[in-house]
Amino acid sequence: MSFSQALLEAIESLNGNKMRSGLTVLGIVIGVAAVIAMLAVGNGAQASITGSISSIGTNLLFVFKGSPDGPPGPGGGGRGSGNNDRPLTLSDAEAIADPLAAPSVEIVAPAIQGNGTITFAGENTTTTISGVTPNYAPVRNLEIAEGEFINEEHILGRMSVVVLGPETANAIFGHADGIVGETIRIEGQPFRVIGVLVAKGGGAFGSEDNSAYIPFTTAQARLIKRTSLDEIDVLFVQATTAESVPQAADEISNILRQRHRTPIGDDDFTVFTQQDFLQTFETITGVLTIFLGGIAGISLLVGGIGIMNIMLVSVTERTREIGLRKALGARKKDILLQFLTESSLLSLIGGVIGVIFGWLIAFAVGQVATATGNNFVPIVGTDAILLSTSFSAIIGLFFGIYPASRAANLEPVEALRYE
Amino acid sequence: MDLVIEARDLRKTYQMGEIIVEALRGVSFTIERGEVVSIMGPSGSGKSTMMNTLGCLDRPTSGDYILDGESVAEMNDDQLASVRNRKVGFVFQSFNLLSRLTALGNVELPLRYAGITEGRRERAQAALEAVGLKDRMLHRPYELSGGQQQRVAVARSLVNNPAIIMADEPTGNLDSKVGKEIMSLLLNLNKDRGTTLIIVTHDPTIAEQTQRVIRLRDGELDPASEIKRKG
Repeated sequence: MSFSQALLEAIESLNGNKMRSGLTVLGIVIGVAAVIAMLAVGNGAQASITGSISSIGTNLLFVFKGSPDGPPGPGGGGRGSGNNDRPLTLSDAEAIADPLAAPSVEIVAPAIQGNGTITFAGENTTTTISGVTPNYAPVRNLEIAEGEFINEEHILGRMSVVVLGPETANAIFGHADGIVGETIRIEGQPFRVIGVLVAKGGGAFGSEDNSAYIPFTTAQARLIKRTSLDEIDVLFVQATTAESVPQAADEISNILRQRHRTPIGDDDFTVFTQQDFLQTFETITGVLTIFLGGIAGISLLVGGIGIMNIMLVSVTERTREIGLRKALGARKKDILLQFLTESSLLSLIGGVIGVIFGWLIAFAVGQVATATGNNFVPIVGTDAILLSTSFSAIIGLFFGIYPASRAANLEPVEALRYE
Repeated sequence: MDLVIEARDLRKTYQMGEIIVEALRGVSFTIERGEVVSIMGPSGSGKSTMMNTLGCLDRPTSGDYILDGESVAEMNDDQLASVRNRKVGFVFQSFNLLSRLTALGNVELPLRYAGITEGRRERAQAALEAVGLKDRMLHRPYELSGGQQQRVAVARSLVNNPAIIMADEPTGNLDSKVGKEIMSLLLNLNKDRGTTLIIVTHDPTIAEQTQRVIRLRDGELDPASEIKRKG
């Protein structure tokens, strides 16, 4: 009997038992839909995080106080952290900015950061206040939507001016345009708004949209007090090119080791590159995707066992039919083909429906994410579709083998006598 | 003499747990092409075993069985399947039609397993016409009466032009009037087409209509009822 005939018979047979076929398929549908949706969400998360890390700025390096073994972050500690670590200072920043000592370094932007409450006409919001230099904007890829960024004049004059992220502006003004020139209060002190940034979306250090930037010197003197005057929290460094980032990291490390008089391997600072971020997050999302996919795969396996179960019931039920077919001249492989076609068709149908459902789920997740303001798009890859449909067909084939071979090996005499 | 069946010293033993059952204890006979033969015997006489062996559903434990020139006793499962497909048509007591398929689909089944695609439908239609079911071809078994279902089964048995038709109590599930109709249908087919007909039955009125009766008792030919021949 040819394959097309086997297919036709399988369709006839499954059609004759619609309810049962539907319920059997459901296991595979749920499994495949779960795999598709999970992989889509995982891939989407990865793409979104990779994108936001890229938006931090290319060629970017971060320098923190504290040993690399500790968690990165301002004042982050680990082994040997605490008061023994020498803080980064403005003179460290100047030394790194020296083109002779560190030829791979393009721009250096020191910053101090703290949280503060911003108020305007009764509205208030708490946000990250960063004391920055004019270099900060190019290093972090910040773009001005309106007004200007902090310049040398503001630094020298320790002026009370502020550049707001669009989210912060929205929080206190209700809108992000036409606010340049207004005076707001940060921790009770008046600051004049000189610029508003372009929205960038979430970043690795929290949203840059939800922040306020003031001149470094102003922050140092009036808002964010540190023990020594030239102490800084983070040093943002831009390498000359993306390729020179590792080299820049080496140069910075050497300069700081010299200045802090620490031996190699006992650094009291951490140089973190964008690649480090990417790698870390790719590892995390990769593990997450595999984990989610694995859980979904288990449900696919359960669906396969469901198929086997139903096929076994079906073989028992149709023992007489099998006996009759054998009496009429069906060979073992005809019966085998018939039942294998049925089970793989079941799971293939389940796979196709599952792909559609999974895609819908992923789409819905994307809609919810967009509605809640997250820049997150689940990605349904063709590889995921091919993988899960072929995997489900293979599962149908695999779990169909045992019932089908049981059917094929029935003795015609016994099968015909079966009641 | 054109022999379609040649059975020599057929023996069949079954292992039922610890006991070995001898269902056939050395049976020898021949059947000529075009003959109508009935096989009779009380239950336990080896009647079913004989039918399974003659129908190539099962192999004898020992002995020779030559069906239409092919020695069947040593064949493997797939070869047996092929012989059944080409040379044997079955008519069962309980019809054994597939309820999912139409009458036509049921009759087509043996042709499907024979790998015939071209003219399959036409041959199945011709077979159904031959049993008088021209206008019931697209009905499913549950839409047909018992007699009609058995007619479909008869059409199915002859669609592949087999050497023999094995009928196992073909009228057993039918009332006497319809049973007579089926019997005369089978006998007419034998007359018109010359197909050898073997009927397994315990109904003497059926056996009377056949040219010859093979009686079995305890797995052997019953010597008391030697072959009787009708003209």
